Parts: sequence; structure tokens; C-alpha cells
Amino acid sequence: MTENFSFTNDERIIFTLRALYTKYGYQPYRMSKFEEYDLYSRNKDFLVSEGVITFTDTSGRLMALKPDVTLSIIKNTRDTAPDVSKLCYDENVYRSPKGASGYREQMQIGLEQIGGVDLCGVSEVLWLAAESLASLSGDFVLDVSHLGLASAILSPLPPRDATRTALLKCAADKNLHGIAEIAKDHPLPDGMGARIAALIEASGKPARALPRLRALAGELGIPEAADELETVLSVFDGTPYADAIRIDTSVTGDMNYYNDIVFRGFLREVSEPVLSGGQYDMLMKRMRRTDRAVGFAVYLDRLERLGETHPDADADVLLLYPSDTPPADVHRAVTALIAEGRTVFAASHGAGRLTFRATADLIGGEVIFRA
Amino acid sequence: MPDMLNIALPKGRLGEHVYDLFEQAGFPCPSIRNPGRRLIFENEEAGVRYFWVKPSDVTVYVERGAADIGVAGRDILLEYEPDVYELCDLGIGKCRMAVAAPRDFRDDMRRTLRVATKFRHVAETYYAARGREIDIIHLNGSIEIAPIVGLSDVIVDIVETGSTLRENNLVVFETVFPISARLIANKSSHKFKNEAISRLVREIAGGRS
Repeated sequence: MTENFSFTNDERIIFTLRALYTKYGYQPYRMSKFEEYDLYSRNKDFLVSEGVITFTDTSGRLMALKPDVTLSIIKNTRDTAPDVSKLCYDENVYRSPKGASGYREQMQIGLEQIGGVDLCGVSEVLWLAAESLASLSGDFVLDVSHLGLASAILSPLPPRDATRTALLKCAADKNLHGIAEIAKDHPLPDGMGARIAALIEASGKPARALPRLRALAGELGIPEAADELETVLSVFDGTPYADAIRIDTSVTGDMNYYNDIVFRGFLREVSEPVLSGGQYDMLMKRMRRTDRAVGFAVYLDRLERLGETHPDADADVLLLYPSDTPPADVHRAVTALIAEGRTVFAASHGAGRLTFRATADLIGGEVIFRA
Repeated sequence: MPDMLNIALPKGRLGEHVYDLFEQAGFPCPSIRNPGRRLIFENEEAGVRYFWVKPSDVTVYVERGAADIGVAGRDILLEYEPDVYELCDLGIGKCRMAVAAPRDFRDDMRRTLRVATKFRHVAETYYAARGREIDIIHLNGSIEIAPIVGLSDVIVDIVETGSTLRENNLVVFETVFPISARLIANKSSHKFKNEAISRLVREIAGGRS
């Protein structure tokens, strides 16, 4: 009777996922709400949102309300390889949503592996991404890709080159016709357009997509990229999640930060990806770290309406008492109803627009339900 | 019963042309031919539901998943940069984004260029790539008047036949990019309604080859 009222969606998801991650040995990690702004200004492109809320603290340092968790974790941990740290978190971040003015507080839950991360570790993170999605919905898809392929294809172009960025966007948008449009204005190095097209087309269930990716990886001289993808995905073979795993080369990321395995999770009920992650050894290098790292975040703000139910009432009982009733009588009646497993709203007159399954009057210390 | 495929069509002639293509591709909804004031049309048997929406809103419907797929011009995609898949160039609704100005216009590099446009992001990106400092004057319509009445030096706008420009004594100075209608898909819908979306793309691509 009372369960409907007990947990918000966010709380339920946080409890479920935190329990899942700690089962695999991930240690809850708490961090400060603030960081020096410098951390974010040096890694602006890594942030999902452009705006950062800043303020000057009492010692004159320019601080920011953290817009991202991963950067804070990297900054506040030390290299441990060949050992590995497994951390999980649920933290608020402060971001400016795309196309909106102002900022929003958003809860994010996720995990990171930092240190001597090996392919078993990456597989474990992928598995936990799938488990996280499965715990949220019976119908999910986990898209996985290997950034090494796009990186090798685009390597003849300089890192910040506009054509390179445009071609990577074509891959992210599954936009085959866009490649020809780019090539019309900016002649591409030999075979680059055809290879990006082959990359876009090498998506689908692993059994179909892997042979195509293997051929492309061989052509690019990086067969290990296809091997790695096959190896990390092998944890799903013969499991109930196998059908939900796709190779999708539209999963990309800023190659100044991400490398190798990247992934994104979707639920049928939600129109945007709800989980995003990957290996970010490049970000670690930029922050002068030698450790390797992999992780993911679940975006709780996108899950607000997931499994949304509209309870038929705000509480079980509206208990009305005369205004001269002694508080001890009201308290006794309320706790007795709660002990019966009901939720109670006690008031002398009414409860505005709230709705109740039953209304009762407290008369002479007795609870009398109205017919 | 399989899921309905929700399709956002741009209101107007382009949308009607697009519907013809979709109907030929096996996604018919005959009631859409007699719209009256209705904006939503459904053919349960074909598993399809069409919405008529303002052309610039198609990307919003698709990005937010209210529509699984839709058709939007390249101008809208480059202006709003929605997070969607761009699956197919339909090769219709062809026109171009252009810089136009009075015939005697000469760009004085000593001054900030005043640019009137509906397409703020497109104009900013175009001139930023050229290192030209500009002052954007955002207008919602009748852009052609701006340089005539001295509000701007140039306009950045869509040019179809060029007759509106000619009638207002403006000429095209540069083409920013060619435009045509694109089939776009919501990223999540593409995972869960992949069979229907892929079939539609295949049929349309096949019909055009």
C-alpha cells in the first residue's frame, strides 16, 4: 500500500545501481561539489555542456560547481598501475542544457576503472553497462564501437582539421551522402571517403558487423582493433544480453580524450541515450597521468519519466480532526493508521488539491472512516 | 502488433512531395490526402502515423523522440545541429543558402559586416571560418528588406529561384551551401524500430536509383 510513495525514480535507480556496482567491488567515491575552475577550462571540449557556474571563494580562487564527475576523479586520484582502482559515484553535476538558458542540477551515477586497466576490466565495465540498462528496462540496446578505426582512417588529417571533424560527424550521424558533399569542397586523401563509408556501414549485430570491421581493420593495418572488440564482446556470448548488443560505429567521441572501446546505451522508452562511456586514456595523458581508464555514466535526468506511474491517490487516508483536538490524540491516531500500513495526511480542514483513497474523521479519539 | 512508425512531415508543398515518396515506399496513409484541419493521420494496418509540423520544428519532434523519423532541410540541420541520424538525401526541395546584397555592394574590410538573417548559427559559422568580423541582425522574415533600408550590408538566406531577390534589387554574392531535404531519425528509435526505418530508407534509396 505504501510502496508507491516511498521512493522517487532517482532514488530507486541509485539504490539499485549502487548495489550492483558494489557487488563487483567498486568503492563509493564522494567528492566536493566545487573544484577550481582551471580544471574545467583546460578540458573544455571534454565537457558535455559549455557553461560552468563559477564563483570566487573566500581565498580569492575562482571555483566552479562541478559540471563533470570524471575530471574530478582523475584530478583527485593518483596513478596506481599495475594495480587498478574501481570507483563508483552518484553525484550532482551543474550544467547548461543544450538550447536552454540557465543551469540545471542533474544527478549522475556511474563508475570508473583507473590504473592497470586490461581487456578483462573493459569487458567488466561493458557488462556492468548492460546490467545497468537491464535493471532500468526490459528493452535496451548497448551500442559498442572501437575508435581506433575512425582514428586510423582520419590520421592523414591534422587533429583539429575542419574536414576531419566534419567526416567524424558524418560517421556519428550515419550520414553517407555527407561524405560526398565534403569531398566536393575539400579533396580527401585517397580512399578516405570510401573507408569512412565502409565504417558507417559496418554496424549491426556483432555476427554481421564484425567480419566487415575485421576486413576494414586489416586494410588499415590495425587488426588488433577488431580483435579487441571481439574479445570484450565475448562476455555476452550465450547470455540473455547477447541480443541487445550492437556494434555501431556512429558511437564516436573526441579523440583527444577517448580511445579504443566506446559505448552508448539506449532504452526503448527514452528518446536519448541514457548511458555513455568508454576508454579515456587520452584524457589521462592530457592530465599527465600514466594510468589507463575506462568508465561510464548513467544520466538520471533522462530517466525522469521512465516507468512513470500516476498513483490514484497522494496518500491512503485523509484524517480530519476538529481544530481543538489535543496533539497527542492526533499523533496516536496517525501512528496507529501508519502501523496498519497506510499513508496518512492529517489536517484540521483539508489538503488543498491532494487526493486520498479514503477520508476519516477523528472524533473523541476514534478514527471513523466515511462511507 | 508491431510499433507504429511516427513520421514528422514539414507542412507545405515539400511535405506533400515527401509523403508521395513515402507512400510509394510502402508507408501509405490515404486519409492524409483530405486533411481538413487535422494534423495527425494514422494507418494502423501499414503501421504508420504522420504529423504535419512547421518545417523548422521537424528536428525538434525527431530529436526528442515524438517522431521516429522526419524530413528536414539541410539548412535547418546546420542551423540547429540536432542530435539525430541523417540517413538519406531525398534529393528534393533543392535550393541554396546564400549571401545576397544590393548589386553595388562592396565589402569594406575596415568595418564590421552587418548580416541580417534567420540563420544565426549558419552565418556565424560561415564568417568565422573566413575570419570576418560580423554583426548578426536576427530577423524572422522579410530578410530582403534589411539591406535596402540600411539595416544590414548583406543577408544570409535561402535562395530558390532568385526571383524574390531580383524583385528587391538584390543579387547573390556567394553560395554558403546547397540545400536539399534529408531523412532524419531519432537515435533511440533507430535502435528499436530499425526494421521499419531501414526498409523505408532502402525503398526510397532504391526508388531514386
